[in-house]
This record gives sequence, structure tokens and C-alpha cells, in this order.
Amino acid sequence: MITLTIDGKTVRTESGTTVLNAARGAAIEIPTLCHHESLPPYGSCRICLVEVTQRGRTRLVSSCTLPVAEGMEVNTKSEKVMRIRRMLAELFLARCPDSKVIRELAAQFNVTKSRFRKPVGEPSSIVGEEGCILCGMCVRLCDDVLKIGALSFEGRGGGRRVTTPFGEPSDVCMTCGACSSICPTGAIEHHRIWEHVPQRIPFEFEEGLTHRKPIYIPFAQAVPRVPVIDKHTCMHFKTNGCKVCEDNCEAKAIRHAQEDEMVELDVGAIVVATGFQLFDARQLVRYGYGRFDNVLSALEFERISHASGPTGGKVLKKDGTPPQSVAILHCIGSRDENYQKYCSRVCCMYSLKFAHLIREKTHADVYNFYIDMRAFGKGYEEFYKRLLAEGVYFIRGKAAEVTDAAESPEEKGKLIVIGEDTLLGLTRRIPVDMVILSTGIKPAQGAEELARLLSLSCTQGQFYLEKHPKLAPVDTASDGIFLAGACQGPKDIPDAVAQGAAAAAGALALIDGGKVVLEPITSEIDEKLCAGCKICIASCPYVAIEFDEEKKISRVIEELCKGCGTCVAACPSGAARQRNFEDVQIYAEIEGILHPETEPVLRE
Amino acid sequence: MAKPKVAFYWCASCGGCEETVVDLAEDILKVVEAVDIALWPVALDFKLKDVETWQPGEVAVAFINGAVRLSEQHEWVRLLREKCPLVIAFGSCAHLGGIPGLANDTTREEILANKYHRSLTVDNPNRVEPRTACTVNGYELELPLFWKDVKPLDAVIDVDYYLPGCPPPTALVAQAVDAILKGALPPKGSVLAPEKSLCESCPLNETKPETLAIKEFKRVATSTPEPDRCYLAQGYVCMGPATRSGCGERCIHGNMPCRGCFGPTPGALDMGTKMLGALGTLGEADSDGTAMALAGTLADPIGTLYRFSLPASLLKRRCIEKEEAL
Repeated sequence: MITLTIDGKTVRTESGTTVLNAARGAAIEIPTLCHHESLPPYGSCRICLVEVTQRGRTRLVSSCTLPVAEGMEVNTKSEKVMRIRRMLAELFLARCPDSKVIRELAAQFNVTKSRFRKPVGEPSSIVGEEGCILCGMCVRLCDDVLKIGALSFEGRGGGRRVTTPFGEPSDVCMTCGACSSICPTGAIEHHRIWEHVPQRIPFEFEEGLTHRKPIYIPFAQAVPRVPVIDKHTCMHFKTNGCKVCEDNCEAKAIRHAQEDEMVELDVGAIVVATGFQLFDARQLVRYGYGRFDNVLSALEFERISHASGPTGGKVLKKDGTPPQSVAILHCIGSRDENYQKYCSRVCCMYSLKFAHLIREKTHADVYNFYIDMRAFGKGYEEFYKRLLAEGVYFIRGKAAEVTDAAESPEEKGKLIVIGEDTLLGLTRRIPVDMVILSTGIKPAQGAEELARLLSLSCTQGQFYLEKHPKLAPVDTASDGIFLAGACQGPKDIPDAVAQGAAAAAGALALIDGGKVVLEPITSEIDEKLCAGCKICIASCPYVAIEFDEEKKISRVIEELCKGCGTCVAACPSGAARQRNFEDVQIYAEIEGILHPETEPVLRE
Repeated sequence: MAKPKVAFYWCASCGGCEETVVDLAEDILKVVEAVDIALWPVALDFKLKDVETWQPGEVAVAFINGAVRLSEQHEWVRLLREKCPLVIAFGSCAHLGGIPGLANDTTREEILANKYHRSLTVDNPNRVEPRTACTVNGYELELPLFWKDVKPLDAVIDVDYYLPGCPPPTALVAQAVDAILKGALPPKGSVLAPEKSLCESCPLNETKPETLAIKEFKRVATSTPEPDRCYLAQGYVCMGPATRSGCGERCIHGNMPCRGCFGPTPGALDMGTKMLGALGTLGEADSDGTAMALAGTLADPIGTLYRFSLPASLLKRRCIEKEEAL
């Protein structure tokens, strides 16, 4: 540890620390421009100059580059220091009269106007009107930290400037934007460095309505609530450089070397709760989703109306103004012969919720285009009645089209929803500001793959099949595998919670019982007959047959076998047999039936 | 002590089984050293009356190859059964019906019509057909009756042992002769070959994946299989999984998927349905349409799945009428 004095205050710090960091550690502020935690000390802007007295000698040194030494006396605010900083501020202001950062810095030294002229030289191809102070942070960041090297200094003295090779758009630039984000004067204009338009990273949780960084917290309620790094966009994984986040993390919690881990667990029960995905409304081109700014999917509106969403819970159009009128189109993708024939079960009620929220928040007119109103749950019918009283319009008929082709002055600039009102027997054209598509529920992506993995049966539309629709709605044909939530079929939150609790109870019952009752009629494979052709292994829907590499034969894992007999039928050599249910028994039965003595009896 | 006597007889067969005996090459001398050949129509002239003169038990073993379709064959095998304490069904035809047994996929009437009337090379204006009896120049002539179907040997007489294969490999024949001479025979009714199916000894079994996912059945008639990869995995119907081993993988070494000449394993009651059951689980089809299309690529299912075993199978033959005459 080293002891030094800064502005008369005794400071103890580790050796190797710079005077700047020691001072900042002791809450003594020193202004900086070219300093950054992720960059090695450079000392080009000189604004951090301090007066240092050491061994009886006093000198002016840039604090960002000076390591602390025992007995050092530092004065950060001496008359001389302040005078020089004022002069520097004036010089910077002359270069960058429009930069907010420079103006604020100058203001600290009561400088509002510079006595100097703006230096005249050939402007850099990448620097805008703000003006560059030649601190070199962009060059150092791009080169040393990001290991890209798209930028460099060029020229000497008054002609020195930051630029790309030949002043041409760079072809090594990777569009990360680090240079412009670190620039203290905001001088770098990225469109001058690269030719293509940078794409912001859409925030998945916000349905792409907002954007995120490569390091981000997935969503506000994430458990654990810690940031994650998106390997595909993080610059470290592209150039092996950067790691700026690591430098900034005080807890030193960031590890770029961390790999995805495959964890294998031996478990006795599995609860499948893989949920659902929304129907992609882009498939129904006539509703304009993806074409019109203010045609939203249900989940997008859910985010917009959410207090922690992109608009802070305000119902706003894309242009930031509240809508005067909103149409909600039910059954998008659901109850549709061409897409999903089934009812998604939750859309009517969430559509009613949306209508209620819109009325409450904006007083806009709300039009619901519905086929049937399916308000079947506890309190749901009452909610529907309440909305009727709140002045929400209900039009019985599936909307046919959303268009922006106006036919009258009041339709101009609006989205026009066209649909038949089957109660009035009329075709309606309703001009609105916003359209919400009540998109239906589909099995989650990868549901089929998981079904294969766990040998789950599927019903229509690839939702997982329960063991019995009434008597065993959370069990599956495989013991120990339970279903919860929308993976089994579209359902609302109360139903999903109930099913989840039941599935957990089912799993716990297995754990608590300590023993499992098996089927008595299982298959067995005769070791003497099995030739190891493995045909049974592929046929087993319960993955209950394994191959014994040593004996080169197949073997039934009795705990998994459900006695379905598929392997028995599949075994071409007859080595697989079903206990108490063998071929010879069946043949004997057939022979018995066909026997001349029994046949006439059976005919009667 | 006098050398034991053996008899070789052939019924509905191609003669390939006789060739196996010849294929013993110089080992035939050892056989002759050990036994006397009392009957071998393919090599020497014998008449029925010669056999009729045998004392029961005088000839120890009868090796009978070929399926039974003629009343004459029936007469011969019944006689041999009467005289010989040991009858061995020799080769696929005697064992299961064999290739001649595929005639059971059609009817006697169809066969006669094709042979005597429809064939382009036949000129038969008088519509002559074989008859069992006729008179020529005052002599009563007799022809054997062409039965309605082909039968394996054990459908007409009691058979002690079976030597499978088309033809039985010499090694198995030598083993069987050895066992007879030593009196070290397994229980009556046994097939003198290993019990496991061919995959057990197949050199390509290592290349067989756990999931085959056959998308189309291929035929060796129209394409050539890769010689070093499991034929089933390539989509060729290889009967190996359903066929008894012991053949020495002769077909496999000749780049030919197993055709099933060794017949079913002891655990399988019906070879063809067993293999069909297996194929049913090996195909990859995600809809009824693709399943039907896949099934459509399996050319000649009976000829493929029951190539050597139709008369001995549960199907036996096309349409069996109740209590019909032979």
C-alpha cells in the first residue's frame, strides 16, 4: 500500500494505481476527456493535469498516466492547474464550439467563449460538425480493445485527424458503434465509416418493439435477474477483443469464457410445461400485419399496455400519439379451416381485457369483430356484460380485411377494417387508428421433437395427448411424465395453474410413495434367439429397449416397458415375446375358434 | 459290421441339392467310406420296386429334397418313410416348400392353362392336358396326379430332421452326417442349423443404424446395393433378421440381400408376417399417403417375404377350399 496526499487529504491506495484513480477513489474529482476505464492511460487531452510535489520538486503531470508513489503530494486544484485547464478548455471550445460535452467542461472553468479561431484544415471524412478534439479514444478503442482497427490518426500537427484508410468507407468496420458511443464530443458519425445501415438488435421480450444491447437482462421478472450476453452479437465473440463490460463490472461477475452447459439429470418424474407459441399473423396477408405500422399482434399490444413495456403502459400508436379508435379482430388463425381448426380458448377473454384497458386508458372507440363470444369461465360472462355497458362496440362477424385504401374523407389516413356484421346483414367499413389481431395459440416450436424424445403422443395440431381426457388429464401414456399448461392444449392462466399443481402433485406422489407399480404384461427378449438386428429398438415407443454391446443382443428395460407389444410384432425372429400374451396362445385361441367342434357353437 | 445304408431322393426340386452332395468333392469318398448309397436316382438308375424290396430298417437314412406336388412323389416319400428309421428333409423345398412353393400363389388351373394353352410357344389345337389315365394301343397308361398345391415334406410324411438352405451348405451337411454316424442327434423335429437369425453372423450388422427410417423399398433387379452397408438400411428387403443363420452368409458375400432360404427362426411361427411386421416399424411415413406410397414400392410382397416358405406358412396357398380333393 502506498500513502500519498491529494489536496491535503491522506490517501492510501495500492501501488500501480494512477493518481487519477486514487483521487477518484478519495472522492476528489478531476476532469477528464480522453480517459476511459477500458482503455490504457493515454494522456492526450491534458485536462486532468495536476501539480505533483515529490522529493522537493514540483511539476505538472497528467494524472491519468502518473502512477502513485510514496509520499507524493498532489494538488488538483492549484491556481496554476486551474489556469492551464481554463486555457485548454478555451482551445477545445475553439475546435468544438457546438459539442455539449466541451461546452459543459468549459462552463466548469467559466469559459463560454473562446478567444481562438476554429483551426482550418482539411476535415476528416468521418468527423461531423461537432468537431474532433483528437483524444484518440475511438482509434484506441477500435484498435486496442475491439481489435478491429478500422480507424487511425492521419497527418501531423495542425493537419492531424481521425479517419478511415483513404477516407473511404471502411470494409473492416463491423458496425459495432463503439467509436461513436465513446466519442466525448459526439463527433463521429457512423454513416461515414460504413456504407451499410446498422441494424439495431430487436428486444425479443418486447416483441421487437424496443431494442437491446448484446448484453442485457432478458426481462424484468427474469430469474435470476442477471444480464446475459448474446454470443451472436457481442463483439468479443467476433474479434476476441472488447470485454469493456468486464472492465466496468465492479463485482467481476462477467465471464466471457463461460460455455453453455449440458446438465444430465437422473430423474424419476418429468413435468412437461413447454407452453405455446402465437400464430404468426404474417401468414394472413389480408390483415396487413407487418405491412401497416399500427396493426399489432396480441402479444405486442400486451407489451404496449404493460406498465413496464416500451411505452410505460401508455396505449400509443407507432407515432407516439394515442389512438382515437381501435379494432380488435378475434380468431386470427383460430377456428380457421386453412390454419388452426380449433378454438384457441383464451383470445375472447384477452380481447375483452384489451378493450377494457383501451377504454380506460384512452377513451378510444373500440370495435370487436368476433365469431362467437366465448366467455365461459368464472366471472367471464360478467366481464363481458360489463364491457357492453362500457360502450365497447361488438360486431358479430369475422373481419375480412384491413386496408389503408380510403374511400371517403373520414377514412383518410386510417386503417379501414372491412367485415360483415352478420347480425345486421351488412358489410361494414370501420376506419380506426389501431388494429389488434387476437392471434391464436399454436404448439411451441420444437414440440414435435420433444414428443419424439419423450415418446409423447400428440393430438390434432401437435398438442400433447393426455392419458385420459377426463380421468387422467395431467398424466401421459408414459408413467412419470406429466403435462402442465398450454403444451397439452390452449388454456388460460387459471387452468394452467391448476394443471401445473396437479402435475406437481402427481410427480410428488411418485417420489413420496417410494415404489412404482409396473405393468405385469411386459416384453422380454429371448437371449438365445436374439441376433441383435436392433429392429425392436427403433420400434419401441417408450425407449424401453437397449442394446447390450457386450452380448450383441437387445434387452428390454422392464421398468420402462409398458407392454404395448410393438416390439413383439416387429421382432422378425420371434425373440421378443410378450409375457402372458404369447403368439402360441393367440394361435391356440384362433385354432380353438376355428375348430370344427366349436365353430358351430360360436355361430349360434 | 456292415456300413449303414443311405438313400437320396428328389421330389419337386431343381437338383441343386444333389449338387451339394457332389460339392462335397473328395469328401464324398469319406461318405462312401462310411456309408453305402442305396438309392440316388440323380446318379444311378433305381426303380420303385427296388425300394419295395428293402427290409424295414435296412436303409438307415433317407435324405429327401424337393417339395411334394405329384402323387408319385407322395408315393415315393411314403415308401421311404416306411422303410427308413430316419427321414431328413433336405433343403428349402423339402423343408418349407421352397421356390416351387411359390406356385401356391396361383391355382392348378391357371398353371395348366398357362403351360398348355396360353404360352406363345405352344400349339395345342386339341386342348390336350395331362390326365392321370389314358389308353394307348390298348395299354392302360398312368401319369401321376398334379396336386392342387405344393406341400412341404412334413405335410405328407413324418419328418425327423430338417437340413435348411437352398441348397444346404456342405458344412452343414457334413455336420449332419457326422452327427448321424455318431448318434449325436438333437431332439426329433429339429432344424440342423443355428437358432439365431442371420443378423447375428452378418458382417454388415455393425453398419446397421438403430433407426432405419426406410423411405422407399429398393430392388436388386433395378439397382445395385452398396456392398459394405446393411442392405435394410439402404432400403433393400433383406430377410436376414427373420431368417435362420448357418448359411455362411453366402448371399451377403455376393452382394445380395438375404432371400430367406434357411427359413424362420424357432421363435417365429410365420416368417413372412414376422418380416412384414418388422418392415412396418422400419418405414418412415408421416401420413397415410406417404405410408401407402412406401408400401407401393414393396414389389411382390409374397415372393419377397415368402420366397422359400409359402407352403409351410400360415397362408399356405391361395384359397383353400374345405375338404377338397388333392
